[in-house]
Amino acid sequence: MAPQSPPLDATARARAALAVLALDPIGMGGLWLRGRIGPARAAVVAALDALPLPVRRIHPSIDDTALYGGTDLTATLAAGRHMRAAGLLAAPAALMLTMAERAPPALAARLALHLDEGRSCLIALDEGEGAEETLPAALAERLGLFVDVSNMTLQDAQDIVLTDDLAGARARLAALGGLDLAGVTALVAAAAQLGINSARAPQMAARAALCLAALRNLAAVDTGCLRDAAALCYAHRALIWPDEDDAPPDAQNDPPPPDSAPPDTPPDTANDADRPQALPEDIVLEAVRAALPPDVLERLAGARAARMAKGGSGSGARIKGNHRGRPLPARAGRLGGGARIDIMATLRSAAPMQALRGAALRRGSAEQAAGQEAGAAPLRLAIRPSDLRLKRYQHTSDRVLIFAVDASGSAAFARLAEAKGAVELLLASAYARRDHVALIAFRGAGCEMVLPPTRSLTATKRRLAGLAGGGGTPLAAGLKMGLEVALQTRARGMTPTLALLTDGRGNIALDGSANRPMAEADALALARALRGAGVSALILDIGQRPTPSLKDLAQHMGGTYLPLPRADAQRLSGVLRAGLGE
Amino acid sequence: MTAPFPFSAIVGQEAMKRAMVLTAIDPAIGGVLVFGDRGTGKSTAVRALAALLPPIEVVEGCPVNSARIEDVPDWAGPVSGRIISRPTPVIDLPLGATEDRVVGALDIERALTRGEKAFEAGLLARANRGYLYIDEVNLLEDHLVDLLLDVAQSGENVVEREGLSIRHPARFVLVGSGNPEEGDLRPQLLDRFGLSVMVTSPRDVETRVQVMQRRDGYERDTAKFMAKYGAQDAKLRAAILAARARLPLLKTPDAVLHDCAALCIALGSDGLRGELTLLRAARAEAAFAGAKTVTRAHLKAVAEMALAHRLRRDPLDEAGSGARVARLVAQTLP
Repeated sequence: MAPQSPPLDATARARAALAVLALDPIGMGGLWLRGRIGPARAAVVAALDALPLPVRRIHPSIDDTALYGGTDLTATLAAGRHMRAAGLLAAPAALMLTMAERAPPALAARLALHLDEGRSCLIALDEGEGAEETLPAALAERLGLFVDVSNMTLQDAQDIVLTDDLAGARARLAALGGLDLAGVTALVAAAAQLGINSARAPQMAARAALCLAALRNLAAVDTGCLRDAAALCYAHRALIWPDEDDAPPDAQNDPPPPDSAPPDTPPDTANDADRPQALPEDIVLEAVRAALPPDVLERLAGARAARMAKGGSGSGARIKGNHRGRPLPARAGRLGGGARIDIMATLRSAAPMQALRGAALRRGSAEQAAGQEAGAAPLRLAIRPSDLRLKRYQHTSDRVLIFAVDASGSAAFARLAEAKGAVELLLASAYARRDHVALIAFRGAGCEMVLPPTRSLTATKRRLAGLAGGGGTPLAAGLKMGLEVALQTRARGMTPTLALLTDGRGNIALDGSANRPMAEADALALARALRGAGVSALILDIGQRPTPSLKDLAQHMGGTYLPLPRADAQRLSGVLRAGLGE
Repeated sequence: MTAPFPFSAIVGQEAMKRAMVLTAIDPAIGGVLVFGDRGTGKSTAVRALAALLPPIEVVEGCPVNSARIEDVPDWAGPVSGRIISRPTPVIDLPLGATEDRVVGALDIERALTRGEKAFEAGLLARANRGYLYIDEVNLLEDHLVDLLLDVAQSGENVVEREGLSIRHPARFVLVGSGNPEEGDLRPQLLDRFGLSVMVTSPRDVETRVQVMQRRDGYERDTAKFMAKYGAQDAKLRAAILAARARLPLLKTPDAVLHDCAALCIALGSDGLRGELTLLRAARAEAAFAGAKTVTRAHLKAVAEMALAHRLRRDPLDEAGSGARVARLVAQTLP
């Protein structure tokens, strides 16, 4: 079962990824390079020279004209006749997207479309920090290779140099043909174990394995190649970890296919049993694990919600644009992409140069005076492309705080009064910031909308004071209404935040029956739905002592969990504010 | 441009393939919505469908693919008048496409160089008589969604901007795909799609291996692969054409109409669109199966894809609305 060569370390992985990319840039789709600017990243970027395609740099705010070509307004103005600019996507290239974590969904979709055409590859330089900032999912899906340079040292950077014989390897790759069934099966099975559902991943891994075999001058793909290919292609896509998660939702849990296993074999070894050349799957998985950055699973899970939040409408807290909102200083730039010209700023920047330009113009027109139309008005203002100033605006979407307050019997006796006090204090600060507030209370068999989103402080206080406690804890119903309100308010262009105040003992299921396991399952499902909707959430444990299940719920929600020690309302409100990131 | 992956070589995903075939038989069904994970062959299927469909006859140079010379809009430049045959258009609508690109706009080039006010046709014009494909339709900007709704419903694109007043036919089948985890579609747009299908990755290793082998075979030797599956594609194309011919002759008994109504009432779907689509889809299904009369079996076969997206949404219901339809179908139509 011993591997033929030791698993790759981080620099060797980077080298292998670069060599594979140089061999088959189109087939691999591209490279996701994560890490800040530094010697290691510079070394990787320098090694991209080996690619058989010209490298073209693009940035996240690139517009359609630059990508697809079109009227070049600036050049047209300068030349006085119509000029067309060719787009960057017109010719095959290795597109290098800088600051890829900032790429808006629209750009990601265009690039994804372009990658699907199979003429270019993409190198995404992801400088993201933490879980929220990462590559758009549409691109992450299509880029076969992943290299993380964030933890590399200067010494490592010096090791990232491509020494492979690429020309020879290319010839060998053509002669290698395809991957045999055993190899394909191993890669597919490993992908299934890691929760990778996309069909693209194993295809790319198969190509990578062939490239590695060609690079290593092997006659056929061996276990080592498969293992390293999986490490290169699966690490960033893994969603579940077989050891930690006993219930992978995929092939391993399904009944074994009819032809695969003798009946006495347990299901999770069934796929090993029928493999002609039994591949130590653990080795493949182990290699992927070694390639996995420590926080990658959380990051990927978190990224979904974060991406969703960006993709939805009006949910960023501050949105820069050139259409509406509070004006920002004008910026020099090119027309196009919906930008609007700021006439005053343009004139102001052109003004100091008028005397100079006027003189130049008079000289020029004296030289070629005759051929011009007779009636042409004398130029009063000479404005050059470099003078153009564009309008910019920034608007802030309104935030709405949705309080879902547990008013059940258990909470009422414990801390309901304190929770009320905290909500009231928070209301005052929300009022100061012109936030909207909504109040949901759940108790007994269901929940009620005590207060639809409003800015009225008095109405909220009155309703809050009248909030009665008692009955069961329909946590799921409260979450459901919270989600509905969040989605409604988002549809109106606001940014919802859900604050759940509960003691966590949900015992009423969504259908109103007193069934604790079902109630918990419902609550978890709703928590996932909240995360899927990208609603930022906060759970405040108002029980007598911290409840572990609430922490779990907060994780499913992708939100913050705050157990509260006994405290006065003032402190409670302080914690809330900290939890909401103010 | 290499030949797209053949339709009949797509492994599994029967519901998606069936839904696409049904809209090819009767475009009036009104589009397909494909929701599912990434990398499950959504884009592949749409592009394959275009290659599968029979070519259409168009006037050469016509920006809206008119079939007859008298249908060519007057704003179009001079056309030769020759009728040529070309593949059914499948137009990609990229996310974040500007309104100009979608509906068309003033032709800046001609305005600048010749001072003429001319119309430059947009994607909607090019999609006329074909397919409009929107990947990640759930992330599309709201104002574009509204615009598409209007055009998809009326079959006509009206442009009133920059001093232009243009209208041209824009009858297309809307095909949308997306990943529901990343955002939902507004119910108004959902309703506008005739059929909806959920695609998931195949659950067993064997099928996945088969997917990879097919893809590999296609990439390694496209010509050989196309030859292998081209015959199957041709057979499917012939079946679609035969079904199109059979469709007007198909008998629809009153009992089936009754079933349609009963099913929609049981499901509580809003509006009559659900019933109409259900009936159209059942007719197309019957025509494809070679039947002379629509039966309850045909209705049952298409009920889920025609109705699942019209139910009132339940936030807990991740993939369950299909199951709800299936349950109610079993109850209402024994």
